[in-house]
Amino acid sequence: MEQLAVLNYLAFFLVFAGIFAVMALGLNLQWGFTGLFNVGVAGFVAVGAYASALLTGPPDPERVGGLGLPIFAGWLGAMAASGVAALVVGVAALRLREDYLAITTFGIAVVIQLVTLNAEWLTGGPFGIQSIPKPLAGVLGTGFVWNLAYLGLVLAVLGAAWWALERLVASPWGRVLRAIREDELAAASLGKRAAAFRLQSFVIGCMLMGLAGALYAHFVGYIAPEDFLPILTFQVWAMLIVGGSGNNAGAVLGAVLVWAIWSVSGGLIRELLPAAEQARGAALQVVLIGTLIAAILVLRPRGVLGERATVSRHAGDAG
Amino acid sequence: MLVAQGLTKAFGGPPVVDGVSFTLARGTITGLIGPNGAGKTTLFNLIAASLGPDAGTIALDGVRIDGRRPDQVFALGLARTFQIPRPFPAMTVLENVMLAPTGQQGERFWANWLSPGAVAAEERRNRERAMHWLDFVGLAKLAGQPASVLSGGQRKLLELARVLVAEPRLILLDEPGAGVAPPLLAIIMEKIAELNARGITFLIIEHNMDLVMTLCRPVMVLAQGRLLLEGTPEEVKRDPRVVEAYLG
Repeated sequence: MEQLAVLNYLAFFLVFAGIFAVMALGLNLQWGFTGLFNVGVAGFVAVGAYASALLTGPPDPERVGGLGLPIFAGWLGAMAASGVAALVVGVAALRLREDYLAITTFGIAVVIQLVTLNAEWLTGGPFGIQSIPKPLAGVLGTGFVWNLAYLGLVLAVLGAAWWALERLVASPWGRVLRAIREDELAAASLGKRAAAFRLQSFVIGCMLMGLAGALYAHFVGYIAPEDFLPILTFQVWAMLIVGGSGNNAGAVLGAVLVWAIWSVSGGLIRELLPAAEQARGAALQVVLIGTLIAAILVLRPRGVLGERATVSRHAGDAG
Repeated sequence: MLVAQGLTKAFGGPPVVDGVSFTLARGTITGLIGPNGAGKTTLFNLIAASLGPDAGTIALDGVRIDGRRPDQVFALGLARTFQIPRPFPAMTVLENVMLAPTGQQGERFWANWLSPGAVAAEERRNRERAMHWLDFVGLAKLAGQPASVLSGGQRKLLELARVLVAEPRLILLDEPGAGVAPPLLAIIMEKIAELNARGITFLIIEHNMDLVMTLCRPVMVLAQGRLLLEGTPEEVKRDPRVVEAYLG
């Protein structure tokens, strides 16, 4: 029984790590390969999570939505919704330089979170959305076996996202993204319409974040505005920096590492601190991750794995 | 081939380029000289559409190009290099060059999924062309290296290969000779002359008088944003106004 509990926790842990890895991959396309400073990750995750919950959940007289569609349709809807949100934001904001884009995306994520908190007719307000369907729960129950099955699903999504991104960044399309990251003016002088490529990269990255939000919603079965606070954006950035931006393997490794440190430190704080101090103790997690980022930036500025030199598939064996 | 009329550009103060009009004849190498701050690079930025003019028009073979985006001007066959070379340092030398051809199918997101075979074939041709031009400028051996390892002169050659692979009709070179070791400079001059013989028109900003005297016919002199005169290198050299412009 004891062993099963450990295994169950491990599956639980890996599902979350996998979901974070999908977000980190999306951010890596934007920052690691295109140089887009997106500090609104949580907002696009929230859009995906709510979209899928509204599309697939049971009807609720208190709010709109609850269309009862299949879960797969919810996931596609999540990607579409966050993609459209990214398109709107991108058209308006991508002309801004790095630091201004960061401020803008951060503000947009805060606005999205406030909308989830206040638009009760749509999002259920502070109580969030409950009883989001869990795929195959009718067959598998909601115990260890279901956790394991969901882990398989998350890994399949992660694998597909990985495969698609690896293919894309090594394509001529990805080559233009990397050129824009390196020197946008030079890329424009070589005939590349930088604005269009930046927008494509931004939208695709945000669609992955939305998909990750949907994966989260259907695993936990319950979402609320407090799940999409700026701390989520901070975590995903920490994952990318620690793992190595510009490297998809780094993004995934960073997700596992940072989530492990986050989970273990959270557990320790719960075990070691008296109940009265726990709320304040939770701030230590942020301090810990912040220290880790600082240490990584000093010791291995390019992350644990560092940027791998991505070369187009057809230019690989030169020289 | 290129006709500029009344080009004017100011950055909040007095105009940096002030009513400049000129014509570049097909097949020429035109030199653009003038003291620092005369507005030469700004004029380049106007022609290559990195900046929009406050007034004036530019036409390339009869097609208006002022008011267009830099990528559109490049696609029309007008390419430029930078005073301080701007390679993509983390990309390989070969990739720097393979990036440049316009209208690549593989740069469209969906083409990579819907017609991967065509993209692969296009990349093979693209790679051959890139290697051809790298060979032309003598960088073929460094094709697999990241561009960050190149010296200043090699970076200028890389920029040249990078625009050549897109087969432009007119190339603007911003100080191709600046900061280049003499043996490399000789190579650069030789390559410019060879390309010109094949029909490419050049406009060159340069301070190196050897290069200007050897290659450029005619030479235009820009001072304080205005075109002072245009003539053969000998005429320009003798003209007292030019000496005055340089010495202030």
